[in-house]
Amino acid sequence: MNNNEHKSLFQRIGSHPLLSPIATLLLLIIISSVVNPSFLRITWFDGHFSGSLIDVLNRAAPLMLVSTGMMLVIAARGLDISVGAVVAITAAVAALITDGTYGATHSGLSTLFIAVAGALITATLCGLWNGLLVVKTGMQPIIATLILMVAGRGIAQLITGGQIITIYYAPYFYIGNGFLFGLPFALIIALLTAIGLYVLLTRTALGLFIRAIGLNPVAAHVAGVRSRMITLSLYMFCGFTAGLAGLVISSNVKSADGNNAGQLMELDAILAVTLGGTALTGGRFTVVGTMIGALIIQTLTSMIYSSGLPPQVNLAVKAVLVFVVMLLQSNEFRNSMRAVLFKSGTST
Amino acid sequence: MSAPVECVLKAREISREFPGVRALDNVQLTLCAGEVHALMGQNGAGKSTLIKVLTGACPPTSGTIELDGQFIQPHSPLDAQRHGISTVYQEVNLCPNLSVAENIFAGRYPYHPWFKGGGIDWQALNQRAHEVLEKLNLHIDVARQLSSYPVAIQQMIAIARATNISARVLILDEPTSSLDDHEVKQLFAVIERLRTQGIAILFVTHFLDQVYEISDRITVLRNGLFVGEYLTSELDRNGLVAAMVGREFIMNNKSDAVHANSNTNACVLEAKQLTRKGQIHPIDLEIKQGEVLGVVGLLGSGRTELARLLFGLDSADGGSVHVDGKLLSLDSPHDAIAHGLALCPEERKTEGIIAELSVRENIVLALQARNGLLPRIAFKEQKELATKFVALLGIKTANIETPIGQLSGGNQQKVLLGRWLATHPRLLILDEPTRGIDVAAKHELTTAIMALAREGMAVLFISAELDEVLLESDRILVMRDRRKAGELPGGCDEQAVYALIAGQA
Amino acid sequence: MNAVSAPITRHWHLDARYVPLLITIALFFTMAIAGSIFFDGFFAPQVFLNLLIDNAFLCVVAVGMTFVILTGGIDLSVGSIIALTTMISASLVQQHHISPFITIPLVLLVGSLFGLMHGFLIQRFRLQPFIVTLAGMFLARGLSYLISTESISIDNSVYRFFAETRIPLGSASLSISAVIALAVVLIGMWLAHATQFGRTVYAIGGDEASAHLMGLPVNQTLIGVYVLSGFCSALAGVIMTFYMLSGYSLHAVGLELDAIAAVVIGGTLLRGGIGYVAGTFFGVLILGIIQTLIVFDGTLSSWWTRIVVGILLLSFCLLQQFLEARRATR
Repeated sequence: MNNNEHKSLFQRIGSHPLLSPIATLLLLIIISSVVNPSFLRITWFDGHFSGSLIDVLNRAAPLMLVSTGMMLVIAARGLDISVGAVVAITAAVAALITDGTYGATHSGLSTLFIAVAGALITATLCGLWNGLLVVKTGMQPIIATLILMVAGRGIAQLITGGQIITIYYAPYFYIGNGFLFGLPFALIIALLTAIGLYVLLTRTALGLFIRAIGLNPVAAHVAGVRSRMITLSLYMFCGFTAGLAGLVISSNVKSADGNNAGQLMELDAILAVTLGGTALTGGRFTVVGTMIGALIIQTLTSMIYSSGLPPQVNLAVKAVLVFVVMLLQSNEFRNSMRAVLFKSGTST
Repeated sequence: MSAPVECVLKAREISREFPGVRALDNVQLTLCAGEVHALMGQNGAGKSTLIKVLTGACPPTSGTIELDGQFIQPHSPLDAQRHGISTVYQEVNLCPNLSVAENIFAGRYPYHPWFKGGGIDWQALNQRAHEVLEKLNLHIDVARQLSSYPVAIQQMIAIARATNISARVLILDEPTSSLDDHEVKQLFAVIERLRTQGIAILFVTHFLDQVYEISDRITVLRNGLFVGEYLTSELDRNGLVAAMVGREFIMNNKSDAVHANSNTNACVLEAKQLTRKGQIHPIDLEIKQGEVLGVVGLLGSGRTELARLLFGLDSADGGSVHVDGKLLSLDSPHDAIAHGLALCPEERKTEGIIAELSVRENIVLALQARNGLLPRIAFKEQKELATKFVALLGIKTANIETPIGQLSGGNQQKVLLGRWLATHPRLLILDEPTRGIDVAAKHELTTAIMALAREGMAVLFISAELDEVLLESDRILVMRDRRKAGELPGGCDEQAVYALIAGQA
Repeated sequence: MNAVSAPITRHWHLDARYVPLLITIALFFTMAIAGSIFFDGFFAPQVFLNLLIDNAFLCVVAVGMTFVILTGGIDLSVGSIIALTTMISASLVQQHHISPFITIPLVLLVGSLFGLMHGFLIQRFRLQPFIVTLAGMFLARGLSYLISTESISIDNSVYRFFAETRIPLGSASLSISAVIALAVVLIGMWLAHATQFGRTVYAIGGDEASAHLMGLPVNQTLIGVYVLSGFCSALAGVIMTFYMLSGYSLHAVGLELDAIAAVVIGGTLLRGGIGYVAGTFFGVLILGIIQTLIVFDGTLSSWWTRIVVGILLLSFCLLQQFLEARRATR
């Protein structure tokens, strides 16, 4: 017997946690297609789909990737503000390996695999570092990851020698620019990651454990959940997804920029996670919501681009979004709003 | 103490209700100038609620408080302080990062005149703080950080602050629980001084010796009810323990317990010289299969600490624990569970339930945690497990998908019990499973537990309610002062238990 | 009567709260001495005064940040508020020809209002300071882009005067901005040490509930620190306008990290309650001297600054963790 069975279909939709993210996304898409009538048009061109919508999906891929990792860390009462720096480091490592400086040849695909593996291992190690600081020393997550956030860009620039490294190795371009089954390959990576994660969360007990840790870490520990082990792995996974994003971004622009790659990515990711309906206090999270959150941010960006406003205005709009979302998540705010509404309701 | 005493504070017919629980029911308390008044009672007796009422942290549902002949209704601790009721808690309510002097005078700083630069006059502040502490016979460097002093001194500093704001009533809430004997003496010296100054002191503790050492009068509460007010000189220890522990209702069938004194079953758990600094002195323990071992003792006697140590929640400094002959690692609940231990913790809300998760998820959590990530217990199986325990333990819930936070305390406890029974434990440790649950549900719960317990597993049953323990246990372990005070057979005379608890064996 | 025999004698002892501060000061002097030994021309008054001149805005921001962190909060919006301040200043003075004497008070007000908004949301709705000031960061940066995405140069005579005037100090000299920064540090020290506001800041960082019980104005102070931080950011923005003689939306990107780093390296505990404005001052000087050392070396690239700052951050965080753990076991 389920609680929901007593409610009407309408009530069930109304109380669904994904309602507001989906509604927001639809609203943005509608506005976009009004501003730009060709927004929804998808054509088959040069062996793949093309159009504004596909473009949005393609550009949203790195953010989707980073957000999934961020979501898990937040769900377990953590935070990782170093993801932007990790993106820069991964891009630098991949660029360096494809550069041939370290003996890799440009012939064949072996270089591609070495570059991808090397970059992803580096990224995961970055996550391990963050996780160890949090789990072993008991530092607050924001502080522990602040260290890599500050030092990470220095490390990335150290790897690239302070230059923007241009990548000439053609097979690498496929990651960020290629198409598979007519869809952008980057999008497929992001979707596969999300689906893989979803399966992992629902087919194993991981989802239950993360929720338990996020909602009540002490009780989870008493019940025998290995919270430290799990928290550590989540930071590693977050590093890994930031690494994937770094690969996509550097491949897309065919270069690695230690200073600017992944700039403000951590903030976008936190915003996407929150917009998707994940609670910043931990325990409540949704993979689908997070993907939608990332799409909202990218649609918004594209919309502002095509509207003729300076693209940087994006920031102000995002700020307003953050304020609205966090106020709605605050109990104190909801209570005082209720008090106000109740008062005015009785006085009239 | 023959002079007529002046009554400072009178609390009359105080009741306080929380959703579903009546924490205080028609309680009274009278404090007199120049007297130390001990407030006694078991866990959940209503002591802390009464203090919260007096300090304004939680206003009473009904009843009156009269201070120096005037009715007052403190609405916050700060407000109570302004009326002259100050409280010093076990966890000192001061700022550890500030200096001793500043902690005493925060909010009432002396200032330099403007021509000297304005701002706080630290010299004057330190001087005044020094004088205040001198009055309490406390000679310490007031410029040092508060946290650089031991808790005992910190408490005296808190007392100094409280009394310096012209307190009429000083409430000391468990001030001695983390102090050693010497520190307790220091604190008592300070209390003596305050007594001669005519302050009314309410002293809350669970140490009987201290009550007899310092107090003039005793008020005893039990289950939110007023048991009585006594002159300390007229109430002996056994009488006090009886008043506190008391017997709620006399059972007709006094023995459905087996009381298998001649239990020849194999040992489930064997602990040797198990110890943790400041919590438990080395202790030996044996529990046999099918046995219910009751653990009694006053608060702070080491009951809960023993349970946490066995389960690996606190890591032991020394000693060993074997379960079915296998050594435990002693620092991981996960390992303890893997070896067949289970613990229903004392703090149900913070350490037990995960309020936002459903009844079903709360039930499967421990079993799943023992299994690890894989294999995940199939949804159908989860539902069966949850349904089974809801029926078996008589859990009252709308359905198994209801968040556990919406259930009543007793039902939450039953869900937790279900969580552990699902793991088929070899030894189930129950730490005050009936705390905060109304009387009727209590009996039902203990009966359910014990019926299940007798199906082969062993139970370590910790409770503040002596009659429960006497009724259900095969053997009774009495704790006092963080060590084993003695062992008694089940169904023994309660006077013998009182004597061991009170330390008058 | 049983007298308490706690230590009476005033033996020289080291309070744990001074340890990080002393390490910071020692570190600065070690770096200064090392620099003087290894590089010719390093040991010159102007080199050290330049630390102050080049980091005047960082110094001002970091003083405000110190108060926020002392309460256990954080302010991520400081860099963006600086950018917004430079943009408003440049736009008003250069494009609308409004007097600097109206503009400067106005931008200081705007910064303080930003702080007020942060403080109100954090105190009233119990939102996390991190996320509130993050949104404030987006908002301030976005608003400055709305004014213009291009850099606006300033050739107003008042601004030029502030930018170019040097106050001679023997053979060396200081800029007006550096003097303002020094004044801010001194006022900050006074505020923290000798006023109820400052002491309440410490008390909140030590134990907010206790601070309430002591009757200290906790709520007002919590809002106050964010107003102070907003004001300091705007003042730093004014200084940066003097320094750069331009308004630009990309000014001071990532400055919040430098400010936080300066505060932490200055010995302030990120959990709040312990730290000194003087420590922050030395933290800023250490960040400055690292850059100077790298410039003098000539072979090391600029990104080493970030790596070294990261390593220092790590060391100080670990030190804090260690000191706290030791306190807990006592």
